[in-house]
Amino acid sequence: MSEPLELVVSAPPHIRAKETVSGIIGWVILALLPVTLMSVYVFGLYAAKIIILSVGTTVLTEAAIQRLRKIPITIGDGSAALTGLLLALILPPKVPWWIPVIGGFVAIALGKQVFGGLGYNVFNPALVGRAVLMVSWAELMAQSWLSPLGRLDAVSTATPLALMKQARVGLAQFHSAYYYKPLLFTNPGGCLGEVSALLLLVGVTILLYKRIIEWRIPASFLGTVFVLSLFTKTDPLFQVLAGGLLLGAFFMATDYVTSPMTSRGALIFGTGCGFITVLLRCFSNVSEGVTYAILFMNALTPLIDRYTMPRIYGKGKRREKSSS
Amino acid sequence: MVKIARWGTYLPETKEKTSGRLIEDASLPSEVVIPLCQHIGAPCDPLVEKGDRVLIGQKIGDTEAFCSAPIHASVSGEVIGVEPRPHFTGDCLLSVVIAPDGKQESVEFAGVSGKLTPQKVRCAVREAGLVGLGGAAFPTHVKLCPPEGKSIDSVIINGCECEPFITCDHRNMLEKTDLLLDGLRIIMATVEAEKGYIGIKMNKLDAIRKVEELVAGEENVKVARLDTKYPHGAEKQLIKAILEREVPSGGLPMDVGALVHNAGTTIAISEAVREGKPLTERVLTVTGPGVKNPKNLRVKIGTPIGHLIEECGGFEGEPGKVIMGGPMTGFAQFSIDVPVVKGTSGVILFPRDQVKITPHDPCFRCGRCIRACPVFLIPNFIGLYVERDMIDKAEAYSVMDCIECGLCGYVCPARRPMVQYMKYAKGKIMARRKKIS
Repeated sequence: MSEPLELVVSAPPHIRAKETVSGIIGWVILALLPVTLMSVYVFGLYAAKIIILSVGTTVLTEAAIQRLRKIPITIGDGSAALTGLLLALILPPKVPWWIPVIGGFVAIALGKQVFGGLGYNVFNPALVGRAVLMVSWAELMAQSWLSPLGRLDAVSTATPLALMKQARVGLAQFHSAYYYKPLLFTNPGGCLGEVSALLLLVGVTILLYKRIIEWRIPASFLGTVFVLSLFTKTDPLFQVLAGGLLLGAFFMATDYVTSPMTSRGALIFGTGCGFITVLLRCFSNVSEGVTYAILFMNALTPLIDRYTMPRIYGKGKRREKSSS
Repeated sequence: MVKIARWGTYLPETKEKTSGRLIEDASLPSEVVIPLCQHIGAPCDPLVEKGDRVLIGQKIGDTEAFCSAPIHASVSGEVIGVEPRPHFTGDCLLSVVIAPDGKQESVEFAGVSGKLTPQKVRCAVREAGLVGLGGAAFPTHVKLCPPEGKSIDSVIINGCECEPFITCDHRNMLEKTDLLLDGLRIIMATVEAEKGYIGIKMNKLDAIRKVEELVAGEENVKVARLDTKYPHGAEKQLIKAILEREVPSGGLPMDVGALVHNAGTTIAISEAVREGKPLTERVLTVTGPGVKNPKNLRVKIGTPIGHLIEECGGFEGEPGKVIMGGPMTGFAQFSIDVPVVKGTSGVILFPRDQVKITPHDPCFRCGRCIRACPVFLIPNFIGLYVERDMIDKAEAYSVMDCIECGLCGYVCPARRPMVQYMKYAKGKIMARRKKIS
């Protein structure tokens, strides 16, 4: 018999793919960096303040709650920071300092940790934070816009979507084509993350290339908005570019935890998001519908997953097995 | 053109160190340990006692049970014990321990004489102690006896060799191509199948070309070129890829008229039938970043793996993990005294610094395991249920259909022990079913 060796014994597989949770989250944060930097460039200190406060609050809240629950602190995986960054990107630039703080706290505490932390939350935490802010401080959230670049002194302007809505009832003049260029490069009024559609798409390209997000949810989301816009007689291209739809479709609706895992489920989810977005934008008294659309579909995700499970190899139609 | 499946994943092949190396004969160890159960089915009873002298090919274990295979001595020498010894699965199994005398005297072998009949083939295959050499080690003669009412129309030779690192089937197919085809024809004649396929992945183009050359112009034997995605070599997935048929859940390949044999087994069938040669040695790959000179070796059954590691120049770096079988489905060993058995396709070594023990994260529902699963399960849900000991739910999510290919664990960014969950649930369910019946 040979000398005993100290060998590691574990269950297979003995090799692993290189991707890790923190690595994936890191890539998403990296993909958001171009638009984040642009927002700081355009809105200056306003943006920097919101981003720092929001990220700081989410990370601290996560650590504090995990400390209270006496469970390992997992701020190192980056998910809390990502929630903070996403929340900052869907806030208007001129909100007071306590808005991102309250939003960040709500996002992590009510949006994530009450459910048990990463992987167990039903709703997208950043959107939960924003929804709470929108119903609690509606005016602040609807009026703290800035006209960027050189006109920083100018007081609030309306967002293009709000203008479109006013135009539909004859309150304002509105030419959607006028906004293509600003929306792509520097948005005349909107949240931090809506500052440039083009830079957002730079990040999206990275995520699609790294296969961190799949095409199904954003494609069905944007496609549905585009097609339905034709029916509601609004400019489809404008609808797609405006109001944080791109940010929502590529970075929020694709959140692993709160979106369906099956391929067919992803298509249903995206289509549903698109449908509700257009419904809210055109037929409700809120000007912008992406947040509620995604939150609503988040709630349906367990159901969608359940009814779109793939057929198992060697089995007939899938059913909740009890007999055989 | 090869068809690309929607399941599975491309794994790093890491076969280059040994795929071009000729098979070498390993030297004799100072003792061989031959477990009396090296297959799925009934264990054998010992036929020898301490102090007996045995010859190569002499039967040292057998049983009356149908689903079993006899065990033969792989060396000539003295039996120094019949005792429980560590087995690669982690158990201790009754084993015959032989001290080789170095003379390597052998009993007389004789192939099947006269015309081959199915009965003679089955008998020769059983007497040779053949089992599936791909890893599962199912007795081969049982597979050659389809029960009344089941007809087999297609025989598939599995030359996929899906597992990274392992190259023994690749070398076997290149170096014993004639025997491979002979074995295939013997199987086809025995089960009266019209079609024969040799499924080989596109990462073994030299083997594909060589076999294709030899079967050129034949109507009923074909090479099926397969994409390199893992796990094409899993039996049910292979049948689906080649024949477009799905084996029903809980069923056997013969339910859809198919029979699959591993390439190494097929060569052994030819040797057993033509020469009467029992299974006393096999080809395996000793490789991995933890060994100095990776090799393909022809090894006596019962050789302790420590001897093979020495044969390959010893450990490279501090030993960390020793795996028997492939890196996706193989068993990590706690000792290098464990012997090579009939189903051992490789010994893979990792140095300490490449073995990471990291805590796993919670599942964040990325869906990678769902997209990879070749059986189309929802592995992450099963894992979450098993984690909470909700075995009923795991069963409802069809954990029993899991083939334990290991892909869900491979792709998981949270490093969750997916296969462990599956095995745990299956074990519990099996135990419960046994209790009920």
